[in-house]
Amino acid sequence: MIDKIFFNMTRTSALLILFIVAWIFVVLFNHSTEAMHAFGLDFITQDEWAPNLEKFGAYAAIFGSVASTFLAMLLAVPVAIGVAIFLSEIAHDKIKGFFGVSVELLAAIPSVIYGMWGLFYFVPIIRDIFGGVGIGLLAAGIVLAIMILPFMAAVTRDAMNTTPDILKESAYALGGTQWDVIKDIIIPYAKAGIIGSLILALGRAIGETMAVTFVMGNVHHTPSSILDPTTSIPVTLANEFTEADSSLYFSSLFGLALTLLVMSFVVIAIAKFYFLRKVRNGQ
Amino acid sequence: MTATQKRVIANRIVLTLSTLSAVIALGFLFWILGVLVMKGLSALNWNIFIFEGAPPGYAESGLRHALVGQAILIAMATAIGVPLGILAGTYLSEYGKNSKLAHTIRDISDIMMSAPSIVIGAFVYAVVVMPMGHFSAWAGAIALGIIMIPIILRTTDDMLQLVPGTLREAAFALGAPKYKVIMDVVYRGAKAGILTGILLGIARVGGETAPLLFTSFNDNFFTTNLNDAMPSLTVTMFNYAISPYEDWQQLGWAAAFILSMFILGLNILGRLVLLMSRSK
Repeated sequence: MIDKIFFNMTRTSALLILFIVAWIFVVLFNHSTEAMHAFGLDFITQDEWAPNLEKFGAYAAIFGSVASTFLAMLLAVPVAIGVAIFLSEIAHDKIKGFFGVSVELLAAIPSVIYGMWGLFYFVPIIRDIFGGVGIGLLAAGIVLAIMILPFMAAVTRDAMNTTPDILKESAYALGGTQWDVIKDIIIPYAKAGIIGSLILALGRAIGETMAVTFVMGNVHHTPSSILDPTTSIPVTLANEFTEADSSLYFSSLFGLALTLLVMSFVVIAIAKFYFLRKVRNGQ
Repeated sequence: MTATQKRVIANRIVLTLSTLSAVIALGFLFWILGVLVMKGLSALNWNIFIFEGAPPGYAESGLRHALVGQAILIAMATAIGVPLGILAGTYLSEYGKNSKLAHTIRDISDIMMSAPSIVIGAFVYAVVVMPMGHFSAWAGAIALGIIMIPIILRTTDDMLQLVPGTLREAAFALGAPKYKVIMDVVYRGAKAGILTGILLGIARVGGETAPLLFTSFNDNFFTTNLNDAMPSLTVTMFNYAISPYEDWQQLGWAAAFILSMFILGLNILGRLVLLMSRSK
């Protein structure tokens, strides 16, 4: 009797996850139908976002999301791989422990704090070096890169650490240098894991709101240079959700939320199911 | 130059570059941490814990409202996320095991763990705030609770699987029904791991700002009314930091410092719990 009740409780809770995820998609879809009917494909191809004219084109926001994430990846990936090599191959055990733990703790710092730091300390530097207002795509890309760096380095290191010691030792025994071992043994062995980890970090960066909200500018305009203020999907949502005053405006914002969810879902699913599953199956 | 020399030089270059990138990365991160500690400590004083929000320029302004609001929101989110997460994790580890359904749930839940939290906020806005007609602590707590479930589910699933099957079999052999085996044997064996999962889950949602922006919204005054907008440290920090007033920005840094210490503390505590149980 109690056995049955307990079983049903656990199963209901587990099914609830699937239900919530499906519900999120349905709710976002339903709420964005009005905008889809009104604009159709123009919603994602036009960049005119004029609430007073009831015109909503999300191109600038989508472009901003993609461009800031791309910029962040461009900056963060080489450094993260460097850090991962350092942590898994170079550092002494003692330093490894210290660095490893501090990298993981830094990954736990709320992203809103990275945003605050970016606004008060980094934006002025960009302003001094490049001129302009400082706020914009470049600032967003850099802050985002710094924010995802700890997570990215930690997961890449974990992927590299899956290489069996015996393979590495065999290569050293043949007279390989550390770099030989890294490029000919570790990277080929852990390739899928490393790529999967990097894409996973990308999935997180796309949906990141607070770190970029401070430094992006929330200007609905496709930027012509990386110094221009622009916007991204999460930034638009964060800034405008409480200001929306018409049902079409709301519907467009829900459309943005749905677009973002689909984008990150696809990216994360590719990382998890294609690359990281390969790793799991290979072992 | 011989091939060996080339390899040695290439090796040196790569090792230098990767050490350099570690130094750069940690340099930036400690810069941020340094700013946080310096700014936070200099803004910290007793007024912060005594007074609530005030218009800019008032000396008697503090963060009491946000601290209490944050605690309420986190407590409510924990009350929602932890039981559901543990039960769902129990199903996966004890009943579902390797079934197709269990794997699907694991995969979807894993994706949810990395999904944009602001989207959860939009969802809760549509299903809680719109029908209610106003922002509320409930909405904020539900949004945080939803974010928490996959984290707790994952750790519970992992930790329960670490409990040796022989322990379960021994209990079954004594005639214990399955729920008793799970409650008295499996949970007991995985106690430390589950606790660590809960602590890390709380730490994770404690730093969330985006899902609260349009669910619990914010309030500059002290409130314990769960049907009303509820102040939180994170949203307060955001609003104060983007304000043009120096004293509000100061309070924002104080909030950032308090919140980070809380979250780092939880993370360290979580690790200690796990370490202590392993060394036993």
